[in-house]
Amino acid sequence: MDTALDGNAAAGAFGDLFAFDVTMAMTTCATCGDRRAVGELLAYMDAPGIVLRCTSCRATQLRLVRSADRAWLDLRGIQALEVHSPTP
Amino acid sequence: MRWLVATVAETVPETARAVTLRLDVPDWPGHRPGQHVDVRLTADDGYQAQRSYSIASPPESDRLELTVERIDDGEVSPYLTTVADVGDQFELRGPIGGWFVWDAGDDAPVLLVGGGSGVVPLRAMLQHHAGSGSAAAMHLVQSARTLGDVIYRRELEALVGPRRAVTVTLTRESPPDWGGHRGRVDAGLLAEQGWPPAAQPHCYVCGPTGFVETVADALVELGHAPGRIRTERFGPTGG
Amino acid sequence: MPVVSRGFQGRRRQPGAGLVPPGQYIVDDFPVLTAGPTPDVSLDDWDLTVVDDTGDALARWGWEEFLALPAEDITVDIHCVTKWSKLGTRWRGVSVDTILDGVDTAAEYVVAFCEGGYTTNLPLADVLDGQAWVAYGFEGEDLEPEHGGPARLLVPHLYFWKSAKWVRGLRLGDQDEPGFWESVGYHNYGDPWREQRYWGD
Repeated sequence: MDTALDGNAAAGAFGDLFAFDVTMAMTTCATCGDRRAVGELLAYMDAPGIVLRCTSCRATQLRLVRSADRAWLDLRGIQALEVHSPTP
Repeated sequence: MRWLVATVAETVPETARAVTLRLDVPDWPGHRPGQHVDVRLTADDGYQAQRSYSIASPPESDRLELTVERIDDGEVSPYLTTVADVGDQFELRGPIGGWFVWDAGDDAPVLLVGGGSGVVPLRAMLQHHAGSGSAAAMHLVQSARTLGDVIYRRELEALVGPRRAVTVTLTRESPPDWGGHRGRVDAGLLAEQGWPPAAQPHCYVCGPTGFVETVADALVELGHAPGRIRTERFGPTGG
Repeated sequence: MPVVSRGFQGRRRQPGAGLVPPGQYIVDDFPVLTAGPTPDVSLDDWDLTVVDDTGDALARWGWEEFLALPAEDITVDIHCVTKWSKLGTRWRGVSVDTILDGVDTAAEYVVAFCEGGYTTNLPLADVLDGQAWVAYGFEGEDLEPEHGGPARLLVPHLYFWKSAKWVRGLRLGDQDEPGFWESVGYHNYGDPWREQRYWGD
């Protein structure tokens, strides 16, 4: 059974990091080239961090770890992140 | 996005498992139908738990509403549905998410498909459609296990009008005189209640992960462009 | 402190009170944390390999061969970096000492690699001398897939993200290679008794 949610569930966590609405940003998967909105990526929220995976090939696109005072973000699984003008 | 304090103003049982909390949230910035909030509970020893809940109310509502379905071995939903009472407080932040959102200015037809508690953000959309006088046509297909599990049943029936339709399908058991649909949402029901791809409807699908994937796949099979289908997964238990 | 919600208790837990590392609380259930889908591997296709850093296999067992290795029943406390601890958990597994017995290596580091791509890195010394197992039984039953079955690494003296689920092998090397979580903020070593949760702790 896959416990994945989607990028909508991760949006609150990303709201602290990004000035734009992450759910509407588009990613191009560095592994398979699939392009879609972050809101449509598979989100694993029950981890020591948040992992977003490609809906098409399941490769890890993004990892976010947060401590009380720091956050780490790895975007190597994303070839490019495309953002419209920042939305409140 | 900072944490705001929400105070319970009213609790409204919806079904045996679901409760709507009507909240007062000073400094609430407003929201768009489909968005959600993160809710955070703090115990008196400092332990915290956090979950996301779709906003059940339309933007024009005087109070922010969340409808929570109790998951038996859950950590947050049993508190919100059985313990939280008028005057109790918790924190929330939001509104979150611009992806799974419908705005009233858009005239394209809209197909809403909700499984179980997935109907919550769709109710906000349907209420906003009614409150805004939108010219779009909006059809809701709502799936639930039994009649008793249909959240907002009477309220949504009352919203039916020239441009709003509500269809309920029961998947596990139905009364012998049930006039609605039976069985899982499938391509036939979606085609019947939706629009042909040429009409370029917006499709919003929300509910447990398996439900969302099945329905989204069926919509794509029917010829709808993937870019016109927006989904929100609630996880295997549809929390 | 944020506003307290009257009557909220959360999952059953007790403060550690000296029994557990700093910042931990004890739970009765067994939370499932995962970075990806639960893999579905047929036991016919499963193997466990020990490889060197060029990828050459130094040792390999299929499932039946692996089960035929001498195994131990152990009882240990486990500590997750997300602050829950479980005391007295019972496992059945093959000691990593057994797995590496007969493997000739001067390597100082090991990376555990897993179905689905997860990795975690450790000093080789931390998986020897009775400190680590490849476990396939939990509380008298087969290890469930959501908890890492058919087999997971078990290294109880470090935070539980090092006890890699769905382990498929150990790669020995001279260089330390930060794994899935270690490369994005989690502590490279992860000693719960020194509360080494994140980089720089």
